[in-house]
Parts: sequence; C-alpha cells; structure tokens
Amino acid sequence: MENMSFLFAAYTIIWVVVFGYVFYIYRKQRKLQKEIDLLKKTVDKLEIS
Amino acid sequence: MNSKGVLRDNVLLGLGLVLMIAALYLIFVYVPTEREMGVVQRIFYFHVPLAWVSLLAFLLVFICSILYLWKRAMKWDILAHASAEVGVVFITLVLITGTIWAKSIWGVWWTWDARLTATLVLWLTYLAYLLVRNYATDRAQGARFAAVLGIIGFIDVPFVALAVNLWRTQHPPALIFEGGITSPMLLAMLVSMAAFTVLYILMVIQSASMKNLETEIKSLKDT
Repeated sequence: MENMSFLFAAYTIIWVVVFGYVFYIYRKQRKLQKEIDLLKKTVDKLEIS
Repeated sequence: MNSKGVLRDNVLLGLGLVLMIAALYLIFVYVPTEREMGVVQRIFYFHVPLAWVSLLAFLLVFICSILYLWKRAMKWDILAHASAEVGVVFITLVLITGTIWAKSIWGVWWTWDARLTATLVLWLTYLAYLLVRNYATDRAQGARFAAVLGIIGFIDVPFVALAVNLWRTQHPPALIFEGGITSPMLLAMLVSMAAFTVLYILMVIQSASMKNLETEIKSLKDT
C-alpha cells in the first residue's frame, strides 16, 4: 500500500508541474495582450494628436 | 496568430488529449501489474517518455543554437530558448519521478549513479542556460552566451542516454530496446511517448510564439 502512495505522489507532481507551466504561459499571454492593448491606445492617441 | 496556426494548435491539442487519455487508460487499466516492483513500476510509463522528450528538447536546443550562431537570426534563438524551457520542465519531472521510484525500490531517494549524476548535470546545465539569458545586460549577448551553452551542454546528452551501457549502474537498462518488456507494456510506453511528444511540440510552439511577441513588443517600445 505504501508503494501506492509513491505512485500517487509521482503522477500528482507530474500533473501539478505540467499544469503549472501551462498556467504560467497563459498568464504571460494575458500580460502580453494587455501590453499590446496599451500600445494600441498610445498609437491611437499619437495619431489623433 | 493566423487561422492556420490556430487550426494547427487545435489539431495538436486534440491529438494530445486523445493520446494522453489513451495512455492513462493503458497505464492504469490495460497493463498488468509488474511482478517484482508492483504498482510503483507504473511510474516508468511517464518517467521514460518524459526523459525521451527532454533529450529531444535539448537536441532541438543544440541544432537551433548552431543555426543561431551561424545565421544570427533571432527565430533560432527564440526556438532554442522555448525548447530549453520546456526541456528543463520535463527533465525536472524526470529527476523527481526517478527519486520517488528509487525511494520505493532502492530505499534511498538518491544515489550517485552514473545515469542519475549525468542527468543532474544536464538539468544544471540547462538551468544555467535559462539563467544566463536573464542576467545578460544585452539581449544579443545573452543569446550568444546561451547558444554556446546550448551546444556545450549537449555533450552530456549521449552520456545520459548511454550511461547504463557504458558503466555499471544501478539504474535499470533500456528494456524497450532489449525486448525485456511485454507487448501491453510496450504499447503503453509508446502511446505515452507519443502523447508527451505532442505535448512538447504544443508547449514549444506556445512558448516560442510568446517569446516572439515579447521581442516584438520590446522593439516597438524601444522605437
């Protein structure tokens, strides 16, 4: 039964790390999208003025 | 991203999901429990594919680093950086799952075995690869240093792959190539390998497109 906990730990860690990395990419993507929006607004303001 | 890119990503995501579900079914339902090691042997079905994908990732870093130093095109550096990042994530998991398996079978978390040591060196090398970029003051300089490290670091890959044949190690040999595993085990291993390869490709594409965007935004801000 103790071996079962090793198996559970291994697969849990794998999924936590994989999803953690996917979440990191997702957050970075959102941050970049915000920066793009900000840049677009700045360009629009410059064009108007 | 254009519509072709979105379609490609969706196809890869769908394929990856199907393969991963199939792999999990094979690992936990289809494959019989190994007699000597018991259920803990099932760690191998993720541990080995993770190791395979890590070595594949570092091979791509090696190729892209050479191409970057030769052509000086930023796309090669971005691809190498993305592959190294995903490779480090996977090799970290190889080390963690390996130590968990070692504790249950050998009774120790770690031993200075040739394969384990070579893998640890590989992990440290590519961790340094990622850190070099962050500490470099100039983007191009960081890319150059990283490319050199990406090429030198690859020297360790054959040692990792062949350690069990070159030295007397505690680490189990590559049974896939020696016919030491049964057909259901081999099937589970191959499907899992395919699933992780697709996952790796998808992660590298996402990470590279993100880094590409980052570079473009930075150059826009500078101008």
